[in-house]
Amino acid sequence: MHGSEDLELNRRHLMAGASACAVATACPSPSWAATGNASDPVTSKVSLTVNGTPHEIDIDTRTTLLDAVREHLHLTGAKKGCDHGQCGACTMIVDGRRINSCLTLAVMHQGDAITTIEGLGKPGNLHPMQAAFVKHDGYQCGFCTPGQICSGVAVLDEIKAGIPSHVTADLTASAAITADEIRERMSGNICRCGAYSNIIDAMTEVAGRQA
Amino acid sequence: MKFDTPAGRNPIDQLKVVGKATDRIDGPFKTTGTANYAYDWHDPQSKAVYGFVVGATIAKGRIEAMALDEARAARGVLAIVTAENAGPLDKGKLNAAKLLGGPEIEHYHQAVALVVAETFEQARSAAALIRVDYAETKGAFDLAAVKDTGKPEKLAGAPSDTAIGDFTGAFASAPVQLDATYTTPDQAHAMMEPHASIASWDGDALTVWTSNQMIAWGTRDLALTLGIPKEKVRLVSPFVGGGFGGKLFLRAEAVLAALGARAAKRPVKVALTRPLSFNNTVHRPATIQRIRLGATPDGTITAIGHESWSGNLPGGKPEAAVQQTRLLYAGANRMTQTRLAMLDLPEGNSMRAPGEAPGLMVLEIAMDEMAEKLGLDPVEFRIRNDTQVDPEKPERRFSQRSLIECLRQGAARFEWDKRIVKPGQVRDGRWLVGMGVAAAFRNNMNVKSGARVRLDAQGVVTVETDMTDIGTGSYTIIGQTAAEMMGLSLDRVVVRLGDSAYPVSSGSGGQFGANSSTSGVYAACVKLREAVALALGFNSDDAVFEDGRVRSGNRSVPLAEAVKAGDIVAEDTIEFGGDLSKTYQQSTFGAHFVEVGVDVSTAEIRVRRMLAVCAAGRILNPKSARSQVIGGMTMGVGAALMEELAVDTRRGYFVNHDLAGYEVPVHADIPHQEVIFLDETDPISSPMKAKGVGELGICGVSAAVANAVYNATGIRVRDYPLTLDKLLDRMPDAA
Repeated sequence: MHGSEDLELNRRHLMAGASACAVATACPSPSWAATGNASDPVTSKVSLTVNGTPHEIDIDTRTTLLDAVREHLHLTGAKKGCDHGQCGACTMIVDGRRINSCLTLAVMHQGDAITTIEGLGKPGNLHPMQAAFVKHDGYQCGFCTPGQICSGVAVLDEIKAGIPSHVTADLTASAAITADEIRERMSGNICRCGAYSNIIDAMTEVAGRQA
Repeated sequence: MKFDTPAGRNPIDQLKVVGKATDRIDGPFKTTGTANYAYDWHDPQSKAVYGFVVGATIAKGRIEAMALDEARAARGVLAIVTAENAGPLDKGKLNAAKLLGGPEIEHYHQAVALVVAETFEQARSAAALIRVDYAETKGAFDLAAVKDTGKPEKLAGAPSDTAIGDFTGAFASAPVQLDATYTTPDQAHAMMEPHASIASWDGDALTVWTSNQMIAWGTRDLALTLGIPKEKVRLVSPFVGGGFGGKLFLRAEAVLAALGARAAKRPVKVALTRPLSFNNTVHRPATIQRIRLGATPDGTITAIGHESWSGNLPGGKPEAAVQQTRLLYAGANRMTQTRLAMLDLPEGNSMRAPGEAPGLMVLEIAMDEMAEKLGLDPVEFRIRNDTQVDPEKPERRFSQRSLIECLRQGAARFEWDKRIVKPGQVRDGRWLVGMGVAAAFRNNMNVKSGARVRLDAQGVVTVETDMTDIGTGSYTIIGQTAAEMMGLSLDRVVVRLGDSAYPVSSGSGGQFGANSSTSGVYAACVKLREAVALALGFNSDDAVFEDGRVRSGNRSVPLAEAVKAGDIVAEDTIEFGGDLSKTYQQSTFGAHFVEVGVDVSTAEIRVRRMLAVCAAGRILNPKSARSQVIGGMTMGVGAALMEELAVDTRRGYFVNHDLAGYEVPVHADIPHQEVIFLDETDPISSPMKAKGVGELGICGVSAAVANAVYNATGIRVRDYPLTLDKLLDRMPDAA
């Protein structure tokens, strides 16, 4: 069979990598296309819970979490601004922590609970952060907005959880929700329209309400 | 409707809806991920496949051979489009280079192929299997090296050069002189949404969901490129994830999606990858600018000269950096010159406030330098040289000009009087602190714009126009306009935008969109009011539309009564004509105030405070207009401190072609920003009495930052951006 050596090598590498999560017993099981061509895509089943709804999809293992959610589940709120983890437009909340969904493969998230912008609120029933963005005009073109909002929600949780940032002066005390803390932590979410000043106002209002 | 005489009192002046700070009506969609951008469309009945663009890896030359077999054989591949197999292709009227290159290559990352496959991963993987052999030829990539070969080149609607009085004599004899040369680098729009399109053929009819600021230009140029009738092309672009001028024109991904869909016989979706965007598309061209100012000791400018050099591909335009210098300050003896050299870099074109943005980056540093030479406060120096007429044609007055008021209000608000004139005197811990000011100026342009309005049995008015909302707030101000005209609350208006099936509008660009497109809606609503009045048996001249009712004398009936016999539809286009633009100069004005801190040890620059005061006619929605201004201020900080496309002058491309290399401001770079709008209406501009504001915000900001850095450190940097390496060896002692 053409390319079988390559295939074997790939399988060993993959299995070696997979052993790290073997205890979870829920690793996605890869399958190869029947032709066995080394350049053929490897597909895999993966189970994701997105916004509370379980999905099982069979996808090319090269598929990022972002593309899995956008192109396979058709939840297109999260945006592909750069596909390189440089802009933050793809931010999702995975098991409570924000993540650049373009920088992680879908198959790495077997069993994970994923929240996208669609899971926070809907028109007519907005999440407080979404409502604050509307009130403070915390967006313009709107393309980075789903990422800003997902990041914003997670940032306030991170501060509350006592996770320090680069600008936290005292690492032993709990970080306060200040404009500087928010600016530092939100700096992975680029807004080229320049709505930053308004986004800080929106987040500060939500933080005040939460506190 | 022709607009050729100044606007009198009209229903907009009621200001029940227009002029009120209003949440965007598209906000609930944008904040919930339910606004569909180009790449988001999904039709389960007609599933799209994926196209991946391959860019040229030389800047100039020819393709000798392309090896496609391996890519063709890769799993999932449905088609590969190249110039060789695409059939005859023309070039859009507004494109300098071809959008599908080959065999001739005109610039780096010019598209040379599209690979179409069942999945994105397959298309990307197969694209990497294409092998291209090039014969590279020598190109010109260094503006400084070719500057002197530059030729005079007209600006849009204006000559390349102007000369009034005796500039040379007046400058030579001026008691106080400044002669300085400055540079601004190539800059990228770097809008968050990459260029993206989904194309679908139905027989010989093509529909493209795309991201484009100018629907009618895009439709025309796509039809022209493909050689099909314009009527067979439909463009749909209801949400645009930022453009800043980078989406004014048809770009490669739309053409390639159409060609790919034809070849694969399936709908095809294509987004330019981020690394391809910077060299494949357009950018703001670099400039070299020389300013000469001559003044009397009392601070009266007697000679003002501005020369600008930029480069472009053959067929490309010059950067109009001298534009504002023709209008901003008085001075009896004046000259401007624009020179364009040929470069083989990617095409340079409009980016937010083309001309004025880089022009003011330079002119407003020069004004700061001259004020210092004169021993004058820079605010006072600018006020002293204000003019209420076009200095080149004194018979033309400005329709409105409140530059002095902007400067005075801003100075008071910013506590400018606390600025220490001598640089390098203010310390706050490790920071050297300084303040800077600059004038903002941007011309107001008006563009013909159409709309269709429909009143239905529910009493709802639906507006349709091919106007786009690129983050500017078009949806909301168009809704406000229709609501005001028809006497409705905003929630009784539906706005549909960005579809070539709708009447042709101004589109979004040159800060002409808000004023022009709402004026088009005004015109259509005037017709709708007449039709409603007629249906109700009212005299349209004295019919009052308010609170969902139409009233005349003692008689008042619900608006919906008018449509008992069926919906009423009205359509009109506003056309700006007559002598208004000849008789009056229409411009917008502002003043930017900035405070920076410069780290005394590292020369790191942080912006601490920002204020803009703007005079731009009636502000239709103060909430979204303010956002436009702070957005401009943010981009201006980027231009001042970090944005620069680094040119590889050997290989002819922009090296830092992604968002890690091409740095734009992030949250941590931007402080709280304050904006003040002067209360102004301009009846010369339109029935809305509004003007543009979307680009005014960036005009002058970068110079205000540079001037603040000078005030903080005493270091004058004339080459943007002001990165710390340009300060470090000249920093004052840290002690």
